[in-house]
Amino acid sequence: MRNETKATNPVLELKNVSKTYSVKQGLLGKSRPLTALRDLSLRLEQGEVLGLVGESGCGKSTLAKILLGLEAPTSGEVLVDGAPLGSQDRLALARRIQPIFQDPYSSLNPRKTIADIISLPLRVHGIGDAASQQAAVREILDVVGLPSRVMHTYPSQMSGGQRQRVAIARALVMKPDIVICDEPTSALDVSVQSQILNLLADLRRDLGLTYLFISHNLAVVEHLATRVAVMYLGRIVEEAETEALFDGARHPYSEALLTSVLTPDPSLGVPRMNLGAAYPNPIDPPSGCAFHPRCAKATEACARQRPAPVVDEDGLIACFHPNGMAPTRSRPAEAAPRLSASV
Amino acid sequence: MTQTVTNPTGAAFDRDPLLEQILGPTPGQMLRRRVLGHQGLLIGGAVIALLALMAIFAPLIAPHDPFAQSLMNRMEPPVFLGGSWEHPLGTDHLGRDYLSRLIYGARVSLLIGVVAAVISGVIGTTMGVAAGYFGGRVDAVVTFLINVRLAMPVVLVALAVVAILGGSLTVVTTVVGLLLWDRFAVVMRASTRQVRAREYVAAARAVGASTPRILLTEIMPNIANNLIVVVTLEMAHAILIEAALSFLGLGVQPPTPSWGLMVSEGKTMMLFEPWLVLIPGAVLFTLVLAINLMGDGLRDVTAPENRN
Amino acid sequence: MTSPLLSVRNLKVDIPSGSGTLHPVRGIDFDLHRGEVLCVVGESGSGKSLTSLSLMGLLGRTLERSADRMEFDGINLLGASGRQMRKLRGARMAMIFQEPMTSLNPVYTIGDQLIEALLLHRRMPRAQARARAVELLEKVGITAAASRLGQYPHQLSGGLRQRVMIAMALMCEPQMIIADEPTTALDVTIQAQILRLLYDLVREMDMAMILITHDLGVVARVADKVAVMYAGELVETGTVAEVFDQPLHPYTRGLLDCIPQPGKTGRGEPLGTIPGIVPSLVGQVDGCVFRTRCTQAGPACLGPIPRRSRDGHLFRCVHTDGYAPAETKAI
Ligand SMILES: Nc1ncnc2c1ncn2[C@@H]1O[C@H](COP(=O)(O)OP(=O)(O)O)[C@@H](O)[C@H]1O
Ligand SMILES: Nc1ncnc2c1ncn2[C@@H]1O[C@H](COP(=O)(O)OP(=O)(O)O)[C@@H](O)[C@H]1O
Ligand SMILES: [Mg+2]
Ligand SMILES: [Mg+2]
Repeated sequence: MRNETKATNPVLELKNVSKTYSVKQGLLGKSRPLTALRDLSLRLEQGEVLGLVGESGCGKSTLAKILLGLEAPTSGEVLVDGAPLGSQDRLALARRIQPIFQDPYSSLNPRKTIADIISLPLRVHGIGDAASQQAAVREILDVVGLPSRVMHTYPSQMSGGQRQRVAIARALVMKPDIVICDEPTSALDVSVQSQILNLLADLRRDLGLTYLFISHNLAVVEHLATRVAVMYLGRIVEEAETEALFDGARHPYSEALLTSVLTPDPSLGVPRMNLGAAYPNPIDPPSGCAFHPRCAKATEACARQRPAPVVDEDGLIACFHPNGMAPTRSRPAEAAPRLSASV
Repeated sequence: MTQTVTNPTGAAFDRDPLLEQILGPTPGQMLRRRVLGHQGLLIGGAVIALLALMAIFAPLIAPHDPFAQSLMNRMEPPVFLGGSWEHPLGTDHLGRDYLSRLIYGARVSLLIGVVAAVISGVIGTTMGVAAGYFGGRVDAVVTFLINVRLAMPVVLVALAVVAILGGSLTVVTTVVGLLLWDRFAVVMRASTRQVRAREYVAAARAVGASTPRILLTEIMPNIANNLIVVVTLEMAHAILIEAALSFLGLGVQPPTPSWGLMVSEGKTMMLFEPWLVLIPGAVLFTLVLAINLMGDGLRDVTAPENRN
Repeated sequence: MTSPLLSVRNLKVDIPSGSGTLHPVRGIDFDLHRGEVLCVVGESGSGKSLTSLSLMGLLGRTLERSADRMEFDGINLLGASGRQMRKLRGARMAMIFQEPMTSLNPVYTIGDQLIEALLLHRRMPRAQARARAVELLEKVGITAAASRLGQYPHQLSGGLRQRVMIAMALMCEPQMIIADEPTTALDVTIQAQILRLLYDLVREMDMAMILITHDLGVVARVADKVAVMYAGELVETGTVAEVFDQPLHPYTRGLLDCIPQPGKTGRGEPLGTIPGIVPSLVGQVDGCVFRTRCTQAGPACLGPIPRRSRDGHLFRCVHTDGYAPAETKAI
């Protein structure tokens, strides 16, 4: 169990959560179970930014939907402030936890004005009258850095970055304390991404928010997150403080992810990845450790048996052959030499 | 509405041509622009508007009583075939003014088109939206019902029912309305599934919005464009079925003026007086064509992405 | 210095529209030599795809292309007929798109699509073409290559499909490859593998490559030369070291400040931003296009913007002083 020397105060907790979808293969095919989350446990502590990283299809969005109560877990428990999610008032939960989605083009109803979109939570919850709702919209627009004249415009009139600000405004208008960000900047250009990241960081500081920050961009996660969980095929394979993870990932998969980050450093070449096989199909997961077909360190034991997650003071690790504490960030000297030098 | 973008440097340039950036048109403005640029839609709409006005103000426009018989003046030809201006489109075999009957006939066609489309629209949309939104069992049941309905030949079933219940405007309208919901259900089911997967629906659910609210404010406005297109198609469909039933003598009963009935009554004399059939036929054709033009136009204008 | 494989001067694309002509690509100049990787980097809508499509002669009919010069290996692409272009595209210049599914035909097997080009352009016997297809699939890192030939595109994962696209582009041993965001839709792990592959192939086969991307990380790791594109213009061009170590254009500097860089940006500290929005490119575009978002903008930015140079490192900005105006030279 978790080392109890660190008193923890999880605001959101997943306990052994599994989620199985049934998917039809082909036109006449039978339905087969697809397990998107496997016996997954995770805690979100008050005030932290928990980065959740992993390849597409590993179950990040499914996890987000379960935390938001949009999907019910097939088994396991979701606790909010220690009490089961199901036992709590739907509206009260909505006031505490709000999402920001990836695609600002699909997250805003094109038939509604910006004011209507942002005030929807207030209207659903019957907070204030029309005038005070308008005032609240104006106020939150100011917080996310949009002029109040956009209130009467439609999403199609705005740029991607502006839309994402509207989505953030909608999430924050009821002053939630937990925000689930599912790839909030993946669809944005870098110059806009940095604005949104700055905004998220400012809001967190000013409003004391707790974030679950899902992203496949590790540079962004390193910048924003205080703690990182690495997911692979529906499970958490490693969890650590951001600094510790980026200084020395223990799981070979985390290591591979870190190696594949392309920092804009022209003195480095393209890293050689030795992830031979492709990402597995979640319908037919590999035996044992799901990562073993792609792992350079894999042994026979890895194929046979799944490594149990071990929780220690550094976090969590599920691997038979974890790396020591040697730094894994490729430094210029150790990295693959730039190839142009050899030509 | 223009958005004045402030230059980060402040007032370096008062009126920078590069910054005369329009904050794009509103969806309403965009729609207006596309409508005004769409000839088919405008023509179809104008024809329908004209026929609708004709139907509404029939008593004011019609030169004669459409039921008034005058056996003295039977089968008078229209003016362009040498008739008189007293009866611009001539008279039928009972001496009734053909133009007046045509004008009153528009009432029947448009009424049946609108009412049948509303009945089938309500049934089909409810089923389709429910199936698309809830999925699972509901979807399975609706899909089954759609398949059952598609296995029934509309005209034959309508004929049978009308034969049993007897033809009247009410019966024909109701029967047609109860039969034509299939396309509504199919299209609304597909569009709802599409819209349901959008993130704004998830966002509304995460806010705690109730299902009826989500259906009404998030789903419906975004499938309305497809609904309108189906409405026009089914209106044309219903009008044609009424004409067919009336032609077969099982629809609207004489002496009510209906275009289908007029064709039917004229058919015995078709070889000698072809205009008796051609005039109501042409008007029927024009109305259906106009409705289809408008339907196509509405689809182009409201959902340009579905053009192909 | 050898003559360049591809030489482009003053390439423009115009799109006539109801409210005036749109000028999405203006005045593009560059030279590309054999064995070189040129990365064109810019945000979405900056005109990267239009530039690459106009090089390949694949622009839609409503789009107008013009240039002072566009020469590929001594062939004037401006005067080339449709037939000549088709021949060139199949055999000597190849393109890789972002979404391989849109450029692979779903009803033919991978094998059929791979050897089609060879049968067409090289009149090679089928068996020999097949052997080459297997060889190339192996080269792009696809295991059990022979058995893949009978598979259909939808049976492959995104990463594998992109490799098939690369293999297809290589079938006729082109002299130049244009890759338009080839890894944008892929996971980072696959991205690294695909980039590595492209990079190695370019060196090994002495090809030239134009890699289009919006990711500065990709550029830094892969490029020999970099062209930074903004609102239809190349605002800065130079070697990768020049552009990354001493960015001269405010836009390039702004972009580099926007991305979190471990070691340079402190964790959680504010990142640089480029405020404002991309200007409208309808009608006459005068002066510096970046002035509406530039913190250094001043009255001089409204006038003509000379291209200036420091030892081949070119940029279009009136502000960074002390550099000579460039002659008609490109990178
Ligand atoms: N509604 C659904 N029905 C069936 N399968 C689903 C559904 N949602 C997600 N999945 C599957 O679950 C897996 C995890 O998906 P997701 O959580 O979206 O991954 P991520 O966000 O990490 O990319 C994927 O294999 C995906 O195909
Ligand atoms: N066929 C077209 N018709 C009209 N505008 C176009 C067309 N293709 C591209 N554009 C416009 O040209 C600009 C440049 O597009 P593109 O080259 O695709 O940018 P990038 O690839 O850099 O994202 C964009 O503003 C886009 O909207
Ligand atoms: Mg996701
Ligand atoms: Mg592009």
